[in-house]
Amino acid sequence: MYVYDQYDQKIIDERVTQYRDQTDRFLAGTLTEEEFRPLRLQNGLYVQRLAPMLRIAVPYGLMNSIQLRKLAQISRTYDKGYAHISTRQNVQLNWPRLAEVPDILAELATVQMHAIQTSGNCIRNTTTDQFAGVACDELEDPRPYCEIIRQWSTLHPEFAFLPRKFKIAVCGSTRDRAAIHYHDIGIELIANDLGETGLKILAGGGLGRTPAIGSVVCEWLDKKHLLTYLEAILRVYNKHGRRDNKYKARIKILVKAMGVDAFRDAVEHEWQALKDGASTLTNEELLRARSFFNAPAYQVLDGSVASSELETHCTRDPIFGNWVKRNTQEHRVPGYRIVTISLKATGFAPGDVTAEQLELLAELSDRYAFGEVRSTHQQNLVLGDVQTSRLSALWQELQAAGLATPNIGYLTDMICCPGGDYCSLANAKSLPVAEAIQMRFDDLDYVYDLGPIELNISGCMNACGHHHIGHIGILGVDKKGKEFYQVCLGGSQSKEASIGNILGPSFKQEDMPDVIDNILSTYVALREEEESFLETYRRVGIDPFKERVYVQAD
Amino acid sequence: MSKLIKQGSIIDDAWLPLNPDITVAAPRQICTLQQWLRLADKNGSAVQLESGEDPAPLLEFLQQIQLVVINFSVFTDGRGFSCARDLRERGYSGELRAAGQFIRDQLTYLHRCGFDAFQWADASGLEAALASLRDFSEHYQASIDQPLPLFRRRTSPTP
Repeated sequence: MYVYDQYDQKIIDERVTQYRDQTDRFLAGTLTEEEFRPLRLQNGLYVQRLAPMLRIAVPYGLMNSIQLRKLAQISRTYDKGYAHISTRQNVQLNWPRLAEVPDILAELATVQMHAIQTSGNCIRNTTTDQFAGVACDELEDPRPYCEIIRQWSTLHPEFAFLPRKFKIAVCGSTRDRAAIHYHDIGIELIANDLGETGLKILAGGGLGRTPAIGSVVCEWLDKKHLLTYLEAILRVYNKHGRRDNKYKARIKILVKAMGVDAFRDAVEHEWQALKDGASTLTNEELLRARSFFNAPAYQVLDGSVASSELETHCTRDPIFGNWVKRNTQEHRVPGYRIVTISLKATGFAPGDVTAEQLELLAELSDRYAFGEVRSTHQQNLVLGDVQTSRLSALWQELQAAGLATPNIGYLTDMICCPGGDYCSLANAKSLPVAEAIQMRFDDLDYVYDLGPIELNISGCMNACGHHHIGHIGILGVDKKGKEFYQVCLGGSQSKEASIGNILGPSFKQEDMPDVIDNILSTYVALREEEESFLETYRRVGIDPFKERVYVQAD
Repeated sequence: MSKLIKQGSIIDDAWLPLNPDITVAAPRQICTLQQWLRLADKNGSAVQLESGEDPAPLLEFLQQIQLVVINFSVFTDGRGFSCARDLRERGYSGELRAAGQFIRDQLTYLHRCGFDAFQWADASGLEAALASLRDFSEHYQASIDQPLPLFRRRTSPTP
């Protein structure tokens, strides 16, 4: 993974000093609340319902064991002994004290971490595929490009006060696991007719109040132009994005208003002035960025022997076998598998992880996975490189710590924002709804029979829980001071991206397990052979679901 | 005479402040864009752009203008940052002054985008604000004050 040199360290250290001074001035009353607000937000600090919330950046979801141990220690010293994995691969602390945040940042800086631009109207943490570098369907590892973007976007002087927040995601594989169609800028590594890998650039995707699928701004861009092209897009947005209404301020609104062709022309116009300038990437820089993501020291193993041994083991121990089937994926290197650790055990808030679990995972990553851990936008953690022959030993240790819930990709592996229990923006609670659904569907055989289903829950329009792109999406709404839940069906974050359709009038919290039950029963009754929930929905449409749910409700 | 920060020092303003109510600005007076457009001779002129005002009319006179003031109506409106870079990247070398509602915590960014002068209606914070110009000694991006991005300047060995 990327390692700071003296330049990176200096920038991060100077940021800590700057933020400490800002906090001191705020506490002394010489910096007003209005002035401090965007400054603390650009350092990831929200003032929430019960306490401030600090969002720590995890660049493209990659951490090492030293960082995990530091996060565990910070969560104990400054918080309540647990942390939360966010839907943008970051880590959140729910109970820090505002005055202690500079100390937390100083601690983070000692392990090459920070909270820069994890909130605010600026360029946020760049996200990517959690299986980057190990996925079988990968054209090229996206992480060097993410790191190049991280450096360029960090403390960018021109783009710190944009009309609204700005999110970039990069994908380098056939299957899109980074939801690039739903980012302000989505970047896909793609080959042209000559077989050269370049960049396809999408702009204007996003969730929130007005969900939109990104439009193609450039079909294929030489990689060396990455930064100048991004700079051109950001400049068009910074100059022309709406600033009169924060609900219409995202780049998606600008792209829609201008039309993608006019938007592209404006970008090209800006780009002509920047193209081939000093920010054009050099070969040396591309090589340097790639050098941090070279393959670790894999052993040369016989893949077919490893698979057959694993198969034998799985047959002998079906509980282990089930976990292997649900929570591990094929790895591009023979004899290795990718392990996803579910943070979706029933009874725990989705994405929450305790200090003890973080420390255990640090140790396990050292022993089993070259000391690296990845966070996912589905709020789980991943050990990217585990030898197939050692899966059983790993599984036993995970199981003892409550980290072997075998539900990855299934109904109970839901995405869920912290909701009204923590967040001051939320209209409704989301955690109790998630838990009620997990409790209702505690029969794993039924859950497996349903096949892969993405259920996403947001406590408000801001859509941190990505409800629009869940196969089943749940949105908390406020109706005259009471909490209700709207359901949408048919969303998808894949390359065949779609935004869910609203089922109908919203429901009370206590009715939600029944509503989900009715939706799932409708699918089971209508599905053909191996059809997934999404495939059935796309074939039959929303009406059968509507009839069943609302007839039952009446 | 009001004070401002220019090129790292606190100095007296050599220009007369803007007066939008007159048709023709006095000599050595900062013009509104409208007043400036009416100037027959733009040599040695000074003009103030409000948030969102397009700098395009200035572009062909960049060698003649002595002062461009970019006025921030609210510090969270970041258009002035792009406007400054536009002017500098197109060759403007005169004074580029930030005025209005920006805050001292933005000074490094403003300076990097090409501003070399900073003025508030209340000058009492100027001394303290000077420190903010030194918040950072290293940067990743290419900018007006450092045209080479860090990746073209790193001297540390590749791992």
